[in-house]
Amino acid sequence: MYDFAYHKPGSVADAVKLLTADPEARPISGGQTLLPALKHRLNRPTALVDLSGIAELKGIRKEGDTLTIGALARHVDVAESAEVTSAIPALARMAANIGDIQVRNRGTIGGSVANNDPAADYPAAVLGLGATIVTDRRRIAADDFFQGMFTTALEPGELLVAIEFPIPEKAGYAKMRNPASRYVMTGAFVARLRSGEVRVAINGAGPCVFRQAEMEKALSANWSPEAVANIRQSPEGLNSDIHGSAEYRAHLVTVMAKRAVAEAG
Amino acid sequence: MAKFGLSQPLRRIEDPRLLKGGGRYTDDIALPGAAHGHVLRSPHAAARIRSVDTAAALRVPGVLAVITAKEWREEGLGEIPCIIPLKNRDGSERASTPRGALAEDRVRHVGDPVAFIVAETPKAAKDAAEAVVVDYEVLPSVTDLDAAHRPGAPPVWDHVPNNIAFDWEAGDRAKADALFAQAAHVTRLTVVNNRVVVASMEVRAAAAEYDAGEGKFTLYAGTQGSWLVKNLLAESVFRLPPEKFRVVTPDVGGGFGMKLYLYAEYALVCMAARRLGRPVKWTSERTEAFLSDTHGRDNITLGELALDKDGKFLALRTRNYANMGAYLSTFAPFIPTGAGTKVLASVYDFQAIHAHVLGVLTNTVPVDAYRGAGRPESNYLVERLIDTAARELGMDRIELRRRNMVPRSAMPYVTAIGQRYDSGDFAAVLDAALRKADWAGFPARRAESARRGRRRGIGLAYYLEATGGSPTERAEIRFAPDGMVEVLVGTQSTGQGHETAYAMLTSHELGIPIDRIRVVQGDSDVIPTGGGTGGARSLYSEGQAILATTATVIEKGKQAASEHLEAAVADIEFTPQGGRFSVVGTDRGVGILDLARIQRERAAKGEPATLLDAAEVAEIRAHTFPNGCHIAEVEVDPDTGLVGIARYIVVDDVGHAINPLIVRGQVHGGVAQGIGQAVHERTAYDPESGQLLSASFMDYALPRAEDLPDIEVELIEVPCETNPLGVKGAGEAGAVGSPPAVMNALVDALSDDGVRHLDMPATPEAVWKAIHGAKAA
Repeated sequence: MYDFAYHKPGSVADAVKLLTADPEARPISGGQTLLPALKHRLNRPTALVDLSGIAELKGIRKEGDTLTIGALARHVDVAESAEVTSAIPALARMAANIGDIQVRNRGTIGGSVANNDPAADYPAAVLGLGATIVTDRRRIAADDFFQGMFTTALEPGELLVAIEFPIPEKAGYAKMRNPASRYVMTGAFVARLRSGEVRVAINGAGPCVFRQAEMEKALSANWSPEAVANIRQSPEGLNSDIHGSAEYRAHLVTVMAKRAVAEAG
Repeated sequence: MAKFGLSQPLRRIEDPRLLKGGGRYTDDIALPGAAHGHVLRSPHAAARIRSVDTAAALRVPGVLAVITAKEWREEGLGEIPCIIPLKNRDGSERASTPRGALAEDRVRHVGDPVAFIVAETPKAAKDAAEAVVVDYEVLPSVTDLDAAHRPGAPPVWDHVPNNIAFDWEAGDRAKADALFAQAAHVTRLTVVNNRVVVASMEVRAAAAEYDAGEGKFTLYAGTQGSWLVKNLLAESVFRLPPEKFRVVTPDVGGGFGMKLYLYAEYALVCMAARRLGRPVKWTSERTEAFLSDTHGRDNITLGELALDKDGKFLALRTRNYANMGAYLSTFAPFIPTGAGTKVLASVYDFQAIHAHVLGVLTNTVPVDAYRGAGRPESNYLVERLIDTAARELGMDRIELRRRNMVPRSAMPYVTAIGQRYDSGDFAAVLDAALRKADWAGFPARRAESARRGRRRGIGLAYYLEATGGSPTERAEIRFAPDGMVEVLVGTQSTGQGHETAYAMLTSHELGIPIDRIRVVQGDSDVIPTGGGTGGARSLYSEGQAILATTATVIEKGKQAASEHLEAAVADIEFTPQGGRFSVVGTDRGVGILDLARIQRERAAKGEPATLLDAAEVAEIRAHTFPNGCHIAEVEVDPDTGLVGIARYIVVDDVGHAINPLIVRGQVHGGVAQGIGQAVHERTAYDPESGQLLSASFMDYALPRAEDLPDIEVELIEVPCETNPLGVKGAGEAGAVGSPPAVMNALVDALSDDGVRHLDMPATPEAVWKAIHGAKAA
């Protein structure tokens, strides 16, 4: 780990000020991605802006058809929240199966979504539910937010404050874990919204979470595992590594989508 | 010889200390004023070093020294050696791969040490390492075993043609060939025994100090025996008398063979401590461990089994390519040759065996002993061959084994490869395992799995191990002034429970309460010699030394008691139960601890005394041959290729179990490692760059608790005839039987998909492809 300055602002405005003033400063919440990178000297920020003291980033609340989760909500908070469990049980289950206990007790939803690791869980829920990302300065639709591997619509210095999830009629999530890291190798989040819209988001398989249009169409016509059972994902552009080739991941897209629909009921 | 009072499942006496954080490991040792070392390692699989510029590194604040091969040579230091001589088939010597602690003109694998930086803090050492400028000319590399020995492969060493370091054989080729010529059936199978990273829980570490007045080094390191490391430091590296080195091994968190050796870093901390005149320590990081701890296995083996028309085995031929890595490690050439081939007959009757082994150099981390060391590889080959033969012949796989097993009545039995088995009741163990596993009831379980869309398979492997190592072992018993009885041993626990086993044995022989016994290990100044721990040798070797020593203690005690009780020595008897010397036919007597104290006090006052302290060295004359039957049931998810281990049964003959709880624990650990090798652990190198792709737990899959079933272990004790305890080595056995049991079960599960063989590790993608590929074919 290289040396860095440490700041602990008390408000979103102060955090944004610090991050804007120094483009090499990095925000940190649970640190489950950034800290290992620092320890391995893979990242050399000038300063860390610790968000943990900012009350505005906390809290989980249900208002009408929307569930709003503050950026600092840890995975364990989401997993155990009565609001989440009743409104979007698939999201609570997803959170309960991220990483291990240590990760869930530290990692936050804001950190995970802002990082946009292709093998992270939350981006699939955000995209699959068509959530809205609330930042210190604007609101961004999920469809516009995830732009590529570790890349999002967030501008330099822009801070993710909360995520607003529409409460769906039904939703489900299934994933195949990487045998070593237990990150997502291929996952599928499926949802039927109250508007009638059906969304299918695939994570882990490609460089960035993406929507599977063919499956969405099939499920709109017939919400059942069988509807997606014969839809083949093209392996083109998918990730390939020592744990799974693009062909295997493409195959798993169908398997996981089927299981996610079955879980959603 | 029956040993009453042993055989109890006593909980391990070291566990409260180790489990509550009371262990003291190498990295816990804080030598006053210690500086910190960091190893700069090669980022390339193969490169020529044009130059190393350390000027900028030396300017980093806090840096004390930057040591390169130049300094190593200037100090006249020698080699990190391979100590196994080996003759090729043509009578010539094996190739040599000389290396100092630091690469000089060539680097040969990613992780090869290039410079050792010593600084006031670990951070300063790392900063300085980044400032060392090494000018590399990158060369073509080869990491894949199958590619490395082909013509045209990049040479790992310029003087070794085709990268073949040795070409060795054993057995009777002519006889085997003749039997193959008359065979009714020949089964051929090529199997991969995958490379595994040892991944001990405690990473390696070392700390050294140098006493300039005495000219003596003290090294603290997590070894499997301080004496090998001490002797190699003295003889091979520093060329000084052994008494100039004290090696201390504190608690060790897992070794599995990998911690047996003298590593470059241990020599470097010694060298740096002497140069700087202050202690120097080094602790590996996890990825560094992946790149510098010896790896295990990595063989590709063709096996051929000749049978007659009745399914009777005639002969076995093997041709084994064994990946040695970039350098021949300390014991490496012995593993696939002498160690591995001696169990090729396993529990079966062959008329002839011929083994051909080629040691292949590659641009990878050196390979050496790993739990079982060659014997798991041989057992894996034989058990996969038998299952394959059974299928080809349409014979029941149990019946085929039964037909060829050496019967108990044939003991002692000399195998076709020349090993003399003293004992064994293989058929009884097999029958017990089949019963315990409810083999006959499997079809119903398979049908139940099928209803859930899963493919279930059952597999069996009968294994036989040959355990052993150093041909002598020493024990010493001291009645210490604090009232404790010290048992000084030459083996080294890395977590196996030696303290408990040796205390039980000593307590049993001398009648001393276990809580008054202190087992002492690991300090080469306190214990003059020791064979260390490896090859599942500890209990049967050290046990014999302890028996010899307790016998001497009792003899001395009788002498002392005769003086104390004023009776003739011949009239003194010792009763181990209660630990009492008494005059025959009277109620006059004295307890052993009291007697030892009285004698010690007399000696302290300058009065004549007979101390009870004793030391003996036992000669270890024979291997032990633990054996057993593993039965695995696996369940495959055909959609994902995920393999679950549904049930796991072991029936073991490890001879007399001194502490069955420890035996079971050892078997559990070994089975976990074997399951890991079979379905999880994949060591992957990038074929182009030679980078280790699985260099952390992010990419190297170790089995986790949720991946392992309840492992049911039953012990059938067929006493070993070649040691007085009747024990057979149990430490490696679990890792020997499990890979073939799991893979035989997996092939069984996928038999309806047309799968005939599957190589380890059977990762989800590999299994999915096997199902998918077999269907398409």
